[in-house]
Amino acid sequence: GGGLEGPCEPGVRRADLGAVHWCVLPFRVLLVLTSHRGIQMYESNGNTMVYWHALDSGDASPVQAVFARGIAASGHFISVGTWSGRVLVFDIPVKGPNIVLSEELAGHQTPITDIATEPAQGQDCVADMVTADDSGLLCVWRSGPEFTLLTRIPGFGVPCPSVKLWQGIIAAGYGNGQVHLYEATTGNLHVQINAHARAICALDLAPEVGKLLSAGEDTFVHIWKLSRSPESGYIEVSPLP
Amino acid sequence: MSVRTLPLLFLNLGGEMLYILDQRLRAQNIPGDKARKDEWTEVDRKRVLNDIISTMFNRKFMEELFKPQELYSKKALRTVYERLAHASIMKLNQASMDKLYDLMTMAFKYQVLLCPRPKDVLLVTFNHLDTIKGFIQDSPTILQQVDETFRQLTEIYGGLSAGEFQLIRQTLLIFFQDLHIRVSMFLKDKVQNNNGHFVLPVSGPVPWGTEVPGLIRMFNNKGEEVKRIEFKHGGNYVPAPKEGSFELYGDRVLKLGTNMYSVNRPVETRMSGSSKNLASRTQESIAPNPLAKEELNFLARLMGGMEIKKPSGPEPGFRLNLFTTDEEEEQAALTRPEELSYEVINIQATQDQQRSKELAQIMGEFEIMEQPRLSTSKGDDLLAMMDEL
Repeated sequence: GGGLEGPCEPGVRRADLGAVHWCVLPFRVLLVLTSHRGIQMYESNGNTMVYWHALDSGDASPVQAVFARGIAASGHFISVGTWSGRVLVFDIPVKGPNIVLSEELAGHQTPITDIATEPAQGQDCVADMVTADDSGLLCVWRSGPEFTLLTRIPGFGVPCPSVKLWQGIIAAGYGNGQVHLYEATTGNLHVQINAHARAICALDLAPEVGKLLSAGEDTFVHIWKLSRSPESGYIEVSPLP
Repeated sequence: MSVRTLPLLFLNLGGEMLYILDQRLRAQNIPGDKARKDEWTEVDRKRVLNDIISTMFNRKFMEELFKPQELYSKKALRTVYERLAHASIMKLNQASMDKLYDLMTMAFKYQVLLCPRPKDVLLVTFNHLDTIKGFIQDSPTILQQVDETFRQLTEIYGGLSAGEFQLIRQTLLIFFQDLHIRVSMFLKDKVQNNNGHFVLPVSGPVPWGTEVPGLIRMFNNKGEEVKRIEFKHGGNYVPAPKEGSFELYGDRVLKLGTNMYSVNRPVETRMSGSSKNLASRTQESIAPNPLAKEELNFLARLMGGMEIKKPSGPEPGFRLNLFTTDEEEEQAALTRPEELSYEVINIQATQDQQRSKELAQIMGEFEIMEQPRLSTSKGDDLLAMMDEL
């Protein structure tokens, strides 16, 4: 990594679509920023840059926007999505700047929109990462020295701007205002909510209480209680007033 | 950011400009036989619109426009419209041009915000083109130019995915960010609040492809529905009646982008008021613009492709006032807040394609060189010279 590139003064730059995410790893916290130039990682004080990855725009046609989007941490890995659909996986040491790009996940053909992770539940074959893209496709992964693709959940013509993972439940918000809940192990759709009249901007999840929040461009915010049916074990949801 | 945004931005803003000019020209219309030499007639109005439209849809200009490129600042774009507005015998003072641009930008911002689907911005564009064709019904050559642009739009945007349109939408909204000029017509119709922010409706038809909110369906492992719950969404939505047409001719269904001006509804903008927004705008205009050089090049390219027909023989320039009286126009010029001034670079646009070189030459004649210059490229020189003027 190095200093800021180019002649631009810090703070004076073109408006950019970017993301910021605190990545909480077992032994450290890193602040990760994405922009159309690349990926920057800082120590948790926000001052010391420890890594900079410039995006490779090699394959991009002149009309293609080049950017990174979607950031998540699982174990000692940080995953970042890109415009090409590739997901970059970085191996993060306990301390210091010796960060390495360990893998590039192929699974998506359109720009990544969001990535969700949750700590592995202790069992062996458990999914702990979900990636989503502009076509609405979801890929379900198990992290490790080599990431494994477990399932693919196809889209249906609208982007999936936001995805969350909780206790084996995938919550996905779509551009047509719907929220879908899938079983991570099987990829089966168990709940379909006509939640919003416009595209969903963001989902957020409170893991301790299993509450899901959806925000849409229709100006509404809804809260949902996630649960499993005691008899069947199937995912259920109830709207909270 | 999407590099496919400029054509949509330019054509829609251009459409709004034509609606406003048409309305103002009609309002100041005097029947031909009764008109004095300095008054507008129906013939004049048609001629102005014809001249502007044919310049706008000129092939060379469209070629430049459709090249993949980033959006530049509102100020840079304004220069193009000022040139366009003066493509005919009509003249506008700074105050009127400022007001015109304010109205244009706020109107299109409103339309983009309210688009049900990101893709609907294409329908808004088609609405503008449809109305523009109505202005030039008697000119088959220009009609052909507009149809050609229509075909280009369909070719480039027809196949884009919902995700790509979402990126275009975001690029447009960033362009319009922090613009909160109050427009009397919007305020009266209650689609804009007193702080300049638009009202987003929570009723009406949902976008095509979206379900009315309020239903939850639950499924078992075989995909069979096992439970249904209804909930109160909070809005008052109904299903979409039908999808708008993306063909050359057709019912667009969407009303956004159609002509909302009429002779009896003069439109005013209000400059004074909530200072909260002005504070953030001050920040923006003071910071040096690192893209200034690129913007100059963009302007040079775009306006180089603009073929302005000079009127043959001596003709008086007709001045159009966007305000009700000349005094009002003067007053508006004096009281325009600093933060909202469009510091326009006055470039003498000609049809010469070597514009940068010519500009540099002209600037060189005025320049007083006291210290050796440290910049490395010609573009930097040009910019630096202009700063010194």
